[in-house]
Amino acid sequence: MLLIKCPYCGERPELEFVYGGEAHIARPAPEADLTPGQWAAFLYARTNTRGVHAERWRHTRGCGRFLNALRDTTTDQFIATYKVGEARPPAELAQQEP
Amino acid sequence: MSRFRTAAGGLVDRAQRLRFTFDGRKFHGLAGDTLASALLANGVHLFGRSFKYHRPRGVLTSGSAEPNALVAVRRDAARYTPNLRATQVELYEGLQAESQNRWPNLACDTGAVNGLIAPFIPAGFYYKTFMWPRRFWKSIYEPAIRARAGLGRAPTTADPDRYASRYAHCDVLVVGAGPAGLSAARAAAAAGARVILCDEQPQLGGSLLTDNHAIIEGRPADVWLRETLAALAHNARVVLLPRSTAFGYFPHNLVGVNEKLTDHLAASPPHLPRERLWQVRAREVVLAAGALERPLVFPGNDRPGIMLAGAARTYLLRYGVRCGSRAVVVAGCDAAYQAALDLRAAGIAIAAIADPRANADGPWREAARRAGLPVQERMTVLGTRGRLRVRAVQLGRIDVHGTVLPGPALSCDLVLMSGGYTPCVHLFSQSRGKLLWNEGLQAFIPGAAAERERSAGACRGVYALAAAIEDGAAAGEAAAQTVRAAPPKPHSAGAADGVLGALPKGRQPPGQKSFVDWQNDVTIADLALATREGFRSIEHVKRYTTTGMATDQGKSSNLNALAIVAASLGKPIPEVGVTTFRMPYTPVSFGSMASRARGDLFDPVRRTPMHEWAQEHGAVFENVALWKRARYFPRAGEDMGRAVARECLAVRGQCGIFDASTLGKIEVVGRDAATFMNRMYVNSWTKLAVGRTRYGVLLREDGFILDDGVVARTAEDRFHVTTTTGGAAGVLALMEDYLQTEWSDLSAWLTSTTEQWAVIAVQGPAARAVLQSLVEDINLAPDALPHMAVARGHICGVPLLLFRVSFTGELGFEVNVPADFGHAVWEAIYAAGQPHGMTAYGTETMHVLRAEKGYIIVGQDTDGTVTPDDVGLSWAIGQAKPDFVGKRSLARPAMCAPQRKQLVGLLSIDPHTVLEEGAQIVETPGQRAPMRLIGHVSSSYYSAVLGRSIALALVAGGRARSGQTLYVPMPAGDVPAQVVSPVFYDPKGARLNG
Repeated sequence: MLLIKCPYCGERPELEFVYGGEAHIARPAPEADLTPGQWAAFLYARTNTRGVHAERWRHTRGCGRFLNALRDTTTDQFIATYKVGEARPPAELAQQEP
Repeated sequence: MSRFRTAAGGLVDRAQRLRFTFDGRKFHGLAGDTLASALLANGVHLFGRSFKYHRPRGVLTSGSAEPNALVAVRRDAARYTPNLRATQVELYEGLQAESQNRWPNLACDTGAVNGLIAPFIPAGFYYKTFMWPRRFWKSIYEPAIRARAGLGRAPTTADPDRYASRYAHCDVLVVGAGPAGLSAARAAAAAGARVILCDEQPQLGGSLLTDNHAIIEGRPADVWLRETLAALAHNARVVLLPRSTAFGYFPHNLVGVNEKLTDHLAASPPHLPRERLWQVRAREVVLAAGALERPLVFPGNDRPGIMLAGAARTYLLRYGVRCGSRAVVVAGCDAAYQAALDLRAAGIAIAAIADPRANADGPWREAARRAGLPVQERMTVLGTRGRLRVRAVQLGRIDVHGTVLPGPALSCDLVLMSGGYTPCVHLFSQSRGKLLWNEGLQAFIPGAAAERERSAGACRGVYALAAAIEDGAAAGEAAAQTVRAAPPKPHSAGAADGVLGALPKGRQPPGQKSFVDWQNDVTIADLALATREGFRSIEHVKRYTTTGMATDQGKSSNLNALAIVAASLGKPIPEVGVTTFRMPYTPVSFGSMASRARGDLFDPVRRTPMHEWAQEHGAVFENVALWKRARYFPRAGEDMGRAVARECLAVRGQCGIFDASTLGKIEVVGRDAATFMNRMYVNSWTKLAVGRTRYGVLLREDGFILDDGVVARTAEDRFHVTTTTGGAAGVLALMEDYLQTEWSDLSAWLTSTTEQWAVIAVQGPAARAVLQSLVEDINLAPDALPHMAVARGHICGVPLLLFRVSFTGELGFEVNVPADFGHAVWEAIYAAGQPHGMTAYGTETMHVLRAEKGYIIVGQDTDGTVTPDDVGLSWAIGQAKPDFVGKRSLARPAMCAPQRKQLVGLLSIDPHTVLEEGAQIVETPGQRAPMRLIGHVSSSYYSAVLGRSIALALVAGGRARSGQTLYVPMPAGDVPAQVVSPVFYDPKGARLNG
């Protein structure tokens, strides 16, 4: 069970959270003129990263807030967690010590 | 005292004799014994039968790595625990143990015929043998294999014991309380850390429990151990957990520890759980798991009486048990000499010490020579004899060219073997730490750690006692100071002490198998077969031969198997690789995993405020999500069909009362509530007046229907949103997601109010008349409260939110009152309704009534691939809106294709045939599979009011097929049915607007 640092509540066990898929996938503006292919890519295409992955979590059984995290999918170590709306921290950010 | 028990020494209490039985035979043991040591003290070496060949087997080890001596322990019918390692079962007064995998009894087992047909059942035989004919698999092969498979039997009744679980946090968790672990715990505690020290054994001390005459820090080991444990026990910041196995290493330093609390007691005190599952989140972990002695691989190495040298030494020094009277020692490492010297000192004759190594002169061999033990160098084993106990060993001499020539045959009743030690890296590997092959140690040892952890002592190859204690202290101190784990220092172990893989052998005598994996009966021949058949990866060899896949997870066998495969492939060991270690380290009971989450506590149960009333009125309940819902209310002699027909006719004819409290309810409040609702739901909400409701449809971003429900505007800035019973949590989560991450600029708040309201649906022609007498301050007249209106007021003196809505097609109201008043208001309405013929109805009737009207149920008539247009709901879409969730997806070409499956009504040509829900639909009758399927039946009932069956279906291009006859293929033949409108009853909606 992962230990996830909620930016609002601090480190809490994974069972308080719900995973929310890849982060930083902006919903296209309604007026954007998208081809069906572009829209399908927004709906379905994900990077499926091996390595540092930006992803969403929701502290559902805690404060209820969504948060973003950088997690290394090969080691499960979190590099950073940050609030929704904040810029993705640089990937080369010094990895949190295991 | 039996002649196998020494007069003094060890940790058993000779004053406390305990009675026990094994396969019904009565024995005596001593307090402090394990079942294994007690049986050995009685001269019993035959413990069980092997898995595949049913070979007689004895004890190989003295601890948790034991592959052979698996027994069942019975307390009563429910407390019957199979597959326990006799080497870990603590003796108590009256213990009843049974051997396994034998019939009719242990000494004479008919399954042993498998040994004779062994040539026909080599590794992987089940992949090759039971293939043809195919139809034999279900009827013949599988039942036969199942009957023979497995070890032990499950208990026949439910487990009556309690199991506990708890979370714990500490600065340093130390796994293993041997010298390195104790030293680590002591150092960490001295540095001020909160420490948990766990060990699988009943007594802490590890190897010190056997090596009780060593000298540590100037004191005898037993004194050092006593003092160290006393100091730790008195430290309030240290938790000592004996009988506690760290079985799994999970991400971010979460370690699962299984503590056994009562299995060693003759009678368990009622206040204690049987086991406790600790989930320890440690800032730092010190692994001090020790090392496991390796057996040697030679022909006939599995007979009872053949055991690890270190195990025999433990039985002698810790339990005061002589494992035989005349031993042949096969010394693949120096520890075997030490065992030989100790056994000799206890009066066991040593027939020979056969040492296969070419180059093994050293202090231990010298000591053995000086003591007059017959050391035979460059000597291997060609075979053994003895049916239920070893009685002779055939040695073989290895000449300078490596050729093996027959040597002496020696009679004996005990064979001790030792191939050296394997560092116990299981937990380290589970934590995704990298294992490194150490050529000097001839072992895999921990490399870079993936978690905040470090290994100390024998589990990283530091075997010598003083060095292990020093290593432990350094690890404990560093862990307490949370120093980043340094890459482990290489240690100067010198030449490897031990042999890996098979011993040199000559022509193998017929019938002599060389076992590598005792528990799964895997031999050298099986591994050789796998490499001959082309398996190269050790992971594939493992799966094909099942080596290392038994419940002991190959603790004694993996490294030998790896060496044999490497030799057979002509590759160095590190190139062949090592198989992945997985949790659990030793088997963990389901009870411990389930803990309190059993029976009533398995899942929460949600009950409505009117649950008791329904129960008192004989409701049959069904589970909907976590809710208990009344399905129907049968009267005497009624089955479901009759009860539902009566309830349906009552609603259509007079009126019915229905508990709709389980519907999800979400309050959307705020300045931007309407904007938010516009963006979430397909409908337009801007123009919805306060006091009005609208049927809302919610899509996912991919354009498919997620949920639906009536939405009321109760104030300019307030919406009362209802959802399906099962969809409530998901809808709220989706709303929160968009509100927090996409439209965080909107001022709106979401609150689940599902359990705040009791909802009582009053439906039917008499509904208004019934409520009129109870509702205090709302005008129920059709013009004042038309269909789809909502009003606040009071009923029976309590606050009321009254909806004029209908999911039945009749004149209908939904009475919302605060949950605590639900039962009382229900009773009042029910009483007021009796003169009008009011009938309580359940979900089954609700389903029929809504199907008669063609109202869909999300999740029954939709399946996650259905658009609003597919089910005829495009009228609900606010076409002028610039955006809502799923809008863009509805414009994708595939979402508008005319051949999409569309909701239609189906009337079976025979009005009494009720179609099967989920049945497929085809265009033409009489086809054979495979055939083109054009849809499926989603809802199907018998409609009492129409006097015939009705069905809803999703059919490709369905709306254009109106009037066509389609076919539902069933085992008894095709059922013809006609495509009609999905609204079967009152298509103009006159009743609803009444």
